[in-house]
Amino acid sequence: MSSAIESLVNKEYAYGFVTDVETDSIGRGLSEDVIRLISSKKNEPAFMLEWRLKAYRRWLTMKEPHWGNLHYEPIDYQNIIYYSAPKSVKPLQSLDEVDPELLRAYEKLGISLNEQKKLAGVAVDAIFDSVSVGTTMKEELSKYGIVFCSFGEAVQNHPELVERYLGTVVPHSDNFYAALNAAVFSDGSFCYVPKGVKCPMELSTYFRINSADTGQFERTLIIADEGASVSYLEGCTAPRRDTNQLHAAVVELIALDNASVKYSTVQNWYAGDSEGKGGIFNFVTKRGKCAGVNSKISWTQVETGSAITWKYPSVILQGDNSTGEFYSVAVVNNHQQADTGTKMIHIGKNTKSNIVSKGISAGHGNNSYRGQVKILPRATNARNYTQCDSMLIGNQCGAHTFPYIEVQNNTATLEHEASTSKIGEDQIFYCKQRGLSAEHAVSMIVSGFCREVFQNLPMEFAVEAQQLLGITLEGSVG
Amino acid sequence: MLEIRNLHANIGDKEILRGIDLSVQAGEIHAVMGPNGSGKSTLAQVLAGHPAYEVTQGTVLYDGRNLLEMDPEVRAQEGIFLAFQYPIEIPGVTNAYFLRSAYNEIRKAKGMPELDPLEFLDLMEEKTKIVEMDQAMMNRSVNTGFSGGEKKRNEILQMAVLEPRLAILDETDSGLDIDALKVVANGVNALRRPDNATIVVTHYQRLLNYIIPDRVHVLAHGRIVKSGGKELALELEERGYDWIPGAAA
Repeated sequence: MSSAIESLVNKEYAYGFVTDVETDSIGRGLSEDVIRLISSKKNEPAFMLEWRLKAYRRWLTMKEPHWGNLHYEPIDYQNIIYYSAPKSVKPLQSLDEVDPELLRAYEKLGISLNEQKKLAGVAVDAIFDSVSVGTTMKEELSKYGIVFCSFGEAVQNHPELVERYLGTVVPHSDNFYAALNAAVFSDGSFCYVPKGVKCPMELSTYFRINSADTGQFERTLIIADEGASVSYLEGCTAPRRDTNQLHAAVVELIALDNASVKYSTVQNWYAGDSEGKGGIFNFVTKRGKCAGVNSKISWTQVETGSAITWKYPSVILQGDNSTGEFYSVAVVNNHQQADTGTKMIHIGKNTKSNIVSKGISAGHGNNSYRGQVKILPRATNARNYTQCDSMLIGNQCGAHTFPYIEVQNNTATLEHEASTSKIGEDQIFYCKQRGLSAEHAVSMIVSGFCREVFQNLPMEFAVEAQQLLGITLEGSVG
Repeated sequence: MLEIRNLHANIGDKEILRGIDLSVQAGEIHAVMGPNGSGKSTLAQVLAGHPAYEVTQGTVLYDGRNLLEMDPEVRAQEGIFLAFQYPIEIPGVTNAYFLRSAYNEIRKAKGMPELDPLEFLDLMEEKTKIVEMDQAMMNRSVNTGFSGGEKKRNEILQMAVLEPRLAILDETDSGLDIDALKVVANGVNALRRPDNATIVVTHYQRLLNYIIPDRVHVLAHGRIVKSGGKELALELEERGYDWIPGAAA
């Protein structure tokens, strides 16, 4: 393939630096004692510790899933550090108290926790290794009664909300990684939007793994009460290291009657080097529940990082007339592997789901779309539309599609479209013949391919996503 | 403007062009005709710099400069335009964005300021009229789902916008009905200027009723075996190619 394609897909990872902060870490390995230690470090109420232990005991009985189209060396769960926190973290009154070294780390990532974000109208919660180091715009949000804080703070200040909703979408026993997360998660973001409130700004969490040999297990819980709406963004990076690091997060979204939640991710964890050494193992459980009538949950993801991605943001369509959406761009290059997709579980009447998945494979990358659409007996007039497109760059990569469809109500309407294409020399030559450089041509072609997904990203992230793919936004808005 | 001397080109191990000599002056229209497999399209692709073809011998001078050393995008920026026989589809990229990007790249290469989307819209309003094309086409993805005629019209539209000095039309007439053919020909004629030139590659004489060539060349087995004025095209229409020495199969 032409050199321009290679240089485009082989862009250097810009976030591979390590920040030098003192950390409070516990020893390697996992046991009930470790869980008790984490819980006590977090000063948690009894219900939390019980829930963690229940999850841990369940996890011990579970087996690592291997049905994904993924190949990797076994993970030694006793060789991972399950808790690491910047030492200076104590309850902070304001961002001024945050360790300047940490703030500098976020500046380097282009995430300012200070003024710029305020101007951009985005509230940010920054998670460094396992704990939240700062949440911006809290006061502004509290005027609307919106709670946006670290998970740890929510446990302290709003235990009733946490107890009521935690694990209601992704139970502690859901799957191997979700159970592990429930046992050991040390922080994450929490958001509650009260009845009738439209959140006036984008909320954002930025995850950063810094310490070596540390697993990151964060948990995000977002609740939109009746008639509420919120749009949430998530970004992630990690330093360049030779060893694989485990990231096993859980995200739970809940939309009550007439509520809507939009969740967008730009995942750019370190992917390993060009030989496939190092990189993040990203085993994530993301699920939303449209619990109320006319509710809506929408996932948009741009997955460019991680050595391995195992992730299926899903929606349980329980409320009548509820809507679930999944828009995804997954890019693999070098030796990256992604097995990603969604599950749409239709329970309520007149429920609708829409799936648009764009997989791009380059180098030796291997990309699988795995999607389940399930129509349960009570789901009269359910509708699903699935579009699943793959693009190949070069001759050594792979693209696979695994759709699972299960229909138990014959009034359902399902459509499934799939395509595979290859960036050809002819497409590039055509662009070059019109005066465009090969690099411009490739980014234009890739951008066109991803157009329907980028259109669903909030502006701020659309720009980041485009840059990640070496693309200019103009391509998709013409 | 264009001097081709003893041009040889291969695709893989197969020699397709076997010593082409051709000279094109500013203001001229040249028709290159010939039976299938004679190397017409190869000549067009080689002039545009398609990477699948390897030039093994010969020279091509464009305004006195070595064309063969230029990358395809540089050739385009220097004013060479190829209307493709099979225009390529680019899903998800609008015609308007594609064409504006190309237009601005070429402007940039000439040291001229780029046009913003609004200014470009005005230009498009004017240019789409030349090929009688609906403005709505500009918001569709490049050539995606276009009919054969729409694709060819779109090539001519691009030509009208990019205003090349040397346009090469590769079988632009194939698959067109008579109305579309007229539209394409009118487009080409409207763009004719004393300082630009056109090479029309075609299998049939039909298009040359509407685009009157100054010179007609017969290509066979990778060589130009006969050249003449516009009347040569009519003679070919009547008698075929076999009567020309060197053209028989």
